[in-house]
Amino acid sequence: MKNEYDVVVVGAGPAGSMAAKHAALNGASVLMIEKRQEIGSPVRCGEGLSRASMDEVGITPDRKWIATDVDGAIIVSPSGNKFVINEKQAGNEVGMVLERDMFDKALAADAAKAGAEIMVKTEAVGLIKEGDTIKGVKILSYGKPMDISAGCVVGADGYESQVGRWAGIDTTLKPSDITSCFQYRLTNIKHNYRYCEFIIGSAAPGGYIWIFPKDEHTANVGIGVLLTKLKKPGQVKEYLDRFIQKDERLRNGQPLDAVSGAVSVSPPVERTIMDGLLLVGDAARVIDSITGGGIANGCITGMYAGNVLGNAAQAGDFSSAVLEEYEKLWRDKLEDKLWRNWMAKEKLITLSDKTLDEVIQTLSESGIDKLSVHNILKVVRDKHPDLVREFEEMI
Amino acid sequence: MIVTVEKCMHCGACVGTCPENAIYLNDVVLEFNSDCNRCGRCVRMCPVGALELEAKA
Repeated sequence: MKNEYDVVVVGAGPAGSMAAKHAALNGASVLMIEKRQEIGSPVRCGEGLSRASMDEVGITPDRKWIATDVDGAIIVSPSGNKFVINEKQAGNEVGMVLERDMFDKALAADAAKAGAEIMVKTEAVGLIKEGDTIKGVKILSYGKPMDISAGCVVGADGYESQVGRWAGIDTTLKPSDITSCFQYRLTNIKHNYRYCEFIIGSAAPGGYIWIFPKDEHTANVGIGVLLTKLKKPGQVKEYLDRFIQKDERLRNGQPLDAVSGAVSVSPPVERTIMDGLLLVGDAARVIDSITGGGIANGCITGMYAGNVLGNAAQAGDFSSAVLEEYEKLWRDKLEDKLWRNWMAKEKLITLSDKTLDEVIQTLSESGIDKLSVHNILKVVRDKHPDLVREFEEMI
Repeated sequence: MIVTVEKCMHCGACVGTCPENAIYLNDVVLEFNSDCNRCGRCVRMCPVGALELEAKA
């Protein structure tokens, strides 16, 4: 390895690997570092993903990283009303459950094939600055300290992102924009293995419980609860354990693993670039506030970042004036939806179990043939005009 | 801050939640530096209840 690159990517998740791949494809010299010893592991993810989202970023689904395909999603209200969304209604928006460790490795392998270098067990510990310009990154590789010069440092370091904070970008989240999560991979259960299931309401305050099938006997059974709804330590795991005990399909389930983590359900950060630095994926807070999904948006931001960095490398200019193109590309693509879904989340978390029961009942009776936020709002307005008043301009 | 190591899942949920950036996680341990302002956000946040604020000295 060298000690100077056009681009150094911190974090080898999907967003980082996409940035590394596209920067390398466009002629940049690229180093991607990963603090863990194994890319993709441990998996901290529900692993649900739509097929359409992968088409959009040029990733071809591969059996090696798909656990199972699903026919759709079921949203379950507190008293058990169900709204079934089939793939057709969702516009191909539902799709598959991943083997996320294999997925992350496959994307990193794509980056390597494009020419990026990779280092594992290598952690970023600080930035090298000249005035307000980022000039590189200080790393610890297998415990050995090194300075790596870079035209641009890419912060792809996820929810707990340090790169943005070191650079002076405010990535601090409000407590009402943070979800605390816990998940078991549960086997010996009798779930509906053709559908991803979402259970909403007070079983998971401000969030939801998910049952995403891995195979006929096994599923990721997890929970996210909004930080502002948590009253005492350890409550997230307690909520999930209680739910599993109450559900006769899951009661005899046995865990194959347990993972915890956090998901931001916030608007995106105000600015994702500066001279010699940009942020992608969860580090840029581009997770969808309704679903908590981050892979698709992470891949989109990574791809755009890589393309812009390739051009920047050709020109030998990584100033914010050049990186501005990245800021514009991803905001044009994602920002409206991110804000709209954040607003919708702010509303959803105020609804009582009774109201959620009624809304899900209304939706299931509506016969919506094409699922969209617009259509959902229209259907809900007919029976519950008060609920969607703030969203009137979208209908 | 008191960390119950037997409960800690090393997930980093507390790290990104800390408004002071006072928490550091490596492969083995979770460390708090002197910037901790005792807001308690991480204590509530921890999915498994591994954190506890110690009584003020």
